[in-house]
Amino acid sequence: MSINSHTNTQDTVRVKTLIEESKDSRKLLMLGEKTIPKVLFVVAFLSLLTTVGIVLVLVTETIEFFERVSVIEFFTGTVLRPLSQNPEFGVLPLINGTIISSLIAMLVAGPIGIMTAVFLSEYASDRTRRVLKPMLELLAGIPTIVYGFFAFTFVTPLLRQFIPELGATNILSPGLVMGIMIIPMIASLSEDAMSAVPNAMREGALALGATKLEVTFKVIIPAALSGIIASFVLGISRAIGETMIVTIASGSSKNFTLDVTESMQTMTAYVVEVAAGDAPAGSTIYYSLYAVAMTLFLFTLVMNILARYVSRRFREEY
Amino acid sequence: MDFVTGVALNQTVEASNENIVYYTEDLNLWYGQTHALKNINLPIYEKEVTAIIGPSGCGKSTFLKTLNRMVELVQGVQTSGVIHYRERNILDKTFQVEELRTKVGMVFQKPNPFPKSIYDNVAYGPKIHGIKSKKILDQIVEKSLKGAAIWDEVKDRLKENAYSLSGGQQQRLCIARALAIEPDVILMDEPTSALDPKSTLKVEELIQELKKDYSIVIVTHNMQQAARISDRTAFMLNGELIEFKDTDTIFSTPEDKRTEDYITGRFG
Amino acid sequence: MKYMESDQVLKKMNRRILYNNLFKGVFFLATTVGIIVLAILLIQVFTEGIGYINVNFLSGRLSTDPDHAGIMGAILGTLWLMAVVIPITMLLGVCTAIYNELYAKQGKAQSVIQTNIANLAGVPSIVYGILGMTIFVRTLGLGSVVLAGGLTMSLLVLPIVIVSSQEAIRAVPQHLSEASFGLGATKWQTVKNIILPAALPGILTGTILALSRAIGETAPLVVLGIPALLIPFPGGLFDRFTVLPMQIYYWTLDASLVDEYANLASATIIVLLFMLFLLNSTAIIIRNKFQKRY
Repeated sequence: MSINSHTNTQDTVRVKTLIEESKDSRKLLMLGEKTIPKVLFVVAFLSLLTTVGIVLVLVTETIEFFERVSVIEFFTGTVLRPLSQNPEFGVLPLINGTIISSLIAMLVAGPIGIMTAVFLSEYASDRTRRVLKPMLELLAGIPTIVYGFFAFTFVTPLLRQFIPELGATNILSPGLVMGIMIIPMIASLSEDAMSAVPNAMREGALALGATKLEVTFKVIIPAALSGIIASFVLGISRAIGETMIVTIASGSSKNFTLDVTESMQTMTAYVVEVAAGDAPAGSTIYYSLYAVAMTLFLFTLVMNILARYVSRRFREEY
Repeated sequence: MDFVTGVALNQTVEASNENIVYYTEDLNLWYGQTHALKNINLPIYEKEVTAIIGPSGCGKSTFLKTLNRMVELVQGVQTSGVIHYRERNILDKTFQVEELRTKVGMVFQKPNPFPKSIYDNVAYGPKIHGIKSKKILDQIVEKSLKGAAIWDEVKDRLKENAYSLSGGQQQRLCIARALAIEPDVILMDEPTSALDPKSTLKVEELIQELKKDYSIVIVTHNMQQAARISDRTAFMLNGELIEFKDTDTIFSTPEDKRTEDYITGRFG
Repeated sequence: MKYMESDQVLKKMNRRILYNNLFKGVFFLATTVGIIVLAILLIQVFTEGIGYINVNFLSGRLSTDPDHAGIMGAILGTLWLMAVVIPITMLLGVCTAIYNELYAKQGKAQSVIQTNIANLAGVPSIVYGILGMTIFVRTLGLGSVVLAGGLTMSLLVLPIVIVSSQEAIRAVPQHLSEASFGLGATKWQTVKNIILPAALPGILTGTILALSRAIGETAPLVVLGIPALLIPFPGGLFDRFTVLPMQIYYWTLDASLVDEYANLASATIIVLLFMLFLLNSTAIIIRNKFQKRY
């Protein structure tokens, strides 16, 4: 140690001088220090630009559409015949198709999702959970086109054995498959909400001799309700925006009906049909694509804002 | 009491100006509404170990962190008063914190090596200050590790990840890392609180060695430690500096009742 | 004077315990529904498709003749798409994340950006397709080429990369950056030398997951106008291209016309799932290998 301290003084001078000497490059460094945050800010703002782009594109072209077709006709019309000699542009059949397919999906995904969440959060052992959760994640990772293929080539033929009047394209089959697709999302969000309920509340009820089932229904679900509702809303939003499954398995008939065995078209599927159909730019059909997309965008936006509002506003304070 | 101390300090300060690295003048600090430091007047002497003791939440760590302005990492901090460091006021906003921190090294409560190799941990400081030559870096690394009394333990494994070291070794590595930029002052924030007794002893011995070349300020909750290793001791309570004396005096004949209560274990 | 008759409590208790066990079974069954369907789906796809996977199928060009159809073009297109998406999303995503986590002052501008990212993540993919079709394909006149598709997909998955990068940056312990600041490092030096390297595994994992979303997406590309039968292979950013999901889509649509198209679609699905499997395995390996030690 004493040898070291002997040499120390010499070295001390050197390193300090070296640091002093690099002061010039330090000026450059400080310049970068000032500009980098600005560059980052500009980049961060690009994400805002995407939103602006989406809104701008949708709004301008939708306005163009409404100069040709009245807003009232669009939102109250029950007939959609874009390709006919005297075309009609009522969006209700599409909204109908969208709502029905989402409803079917939620009838599957809602109960199953929440039961899955209960099982994973309240009943499953750590080991079981570690096996089941990755499998559910796998389910969430399957591309939607694969689900579409599955609905069209497997589920529909299967269902037709039980429901002979089911069409080769129908809204029931894609609705069910969409439900399966959404299970992981609802399960995982609801499970997060349930796991967030403090253990003290569980233990309090269990210590009174309540069974896990009673704890689940009387303590956990009420406490986690805002999170569960938010997961449902997000699930619906996902179903509304889902495209490929319904495009493939529900066909393109613009039926305005409640009969789930029939083919119906959703808003998303209409966009695909028009966009893929090479509608000439500037035609009314072309602009109708934007009006429908705008409606779709607003639907999902409202859902997403609602979900955030619910989970924030009604969050339980533990 | 404060007033008296203040006067006394100022006299000391003027009397032996050359031996003083730091001295704070009416230093106040607020975290939002909380008044965390109240009119602190305290000198730090060159090549000595100054210990700051006091119960949890008394502001001793906050005080330490104002000395290299690390306290500014917390949002909503406001200060008033002056901190003289080598005749410059470091609280002046034109004073560049980077320059200050190059001269004032810091060792933290929990060993916090970077997730890099042992070598890169020590070379990090010199590198960011523009030293690129591999040869010089090699020398700095070796010298700093020797200075932190850990060279013999790690010289054959410099490329290994720092997290392969034990907790005590990690802390000495962190000291070596601070030594590498050859600071003037080293601030230590409860450097042994996360270590076992054996490692603690090693670090304490190291501090004794280091004070030959460096001025050291150490915050500790361990009074025996302060008594063992420091030359002067400051006692803080509720954001106030209660008493500041040389260590032997403060532990044998404390002037203030509150100091006495604390060091005799009546509270805290 | 007892309020609780122990006989009655006991009697009820047996029923309550029975219910509890019954429902535990029901909940477990519900949990397996998704997994069973997944199993059926995979079995179905594999039995239909595995026999069609051979060297000619993997390396050949597209054809209307099922016996001669190959998906090399779609594989290359998917790879080209990745080549555009990776650098763009990494650059934009990481910069945005750094800004939001480390530079932005808590305040209005920051909360606007955060809310916006959350909203963008919920926009249906087909809307991104419309954006890409209008801006990149028509307004900029790129046509439905690799670059247009890549940019569209980048915008689509950008929110995922941003959110996961922000989480990765947030997970870097503060005491590491404190140590760096304590040595006199500037903020950017600390970000570049300490925070980003420590957050990199997390950022990479998030990017890979975003990437697997991008190569599985179909809807935006349908809107961009990817042709059903594209015979030449894409060789650059400005070449027209197709991808695996598009091929699955077209073959599924025509499956009722030519039976074997369903098999070709299945075979293509197997290839796509295999690619996704590789990507996800990479993500898991990165996550495990760089498991944080601090």
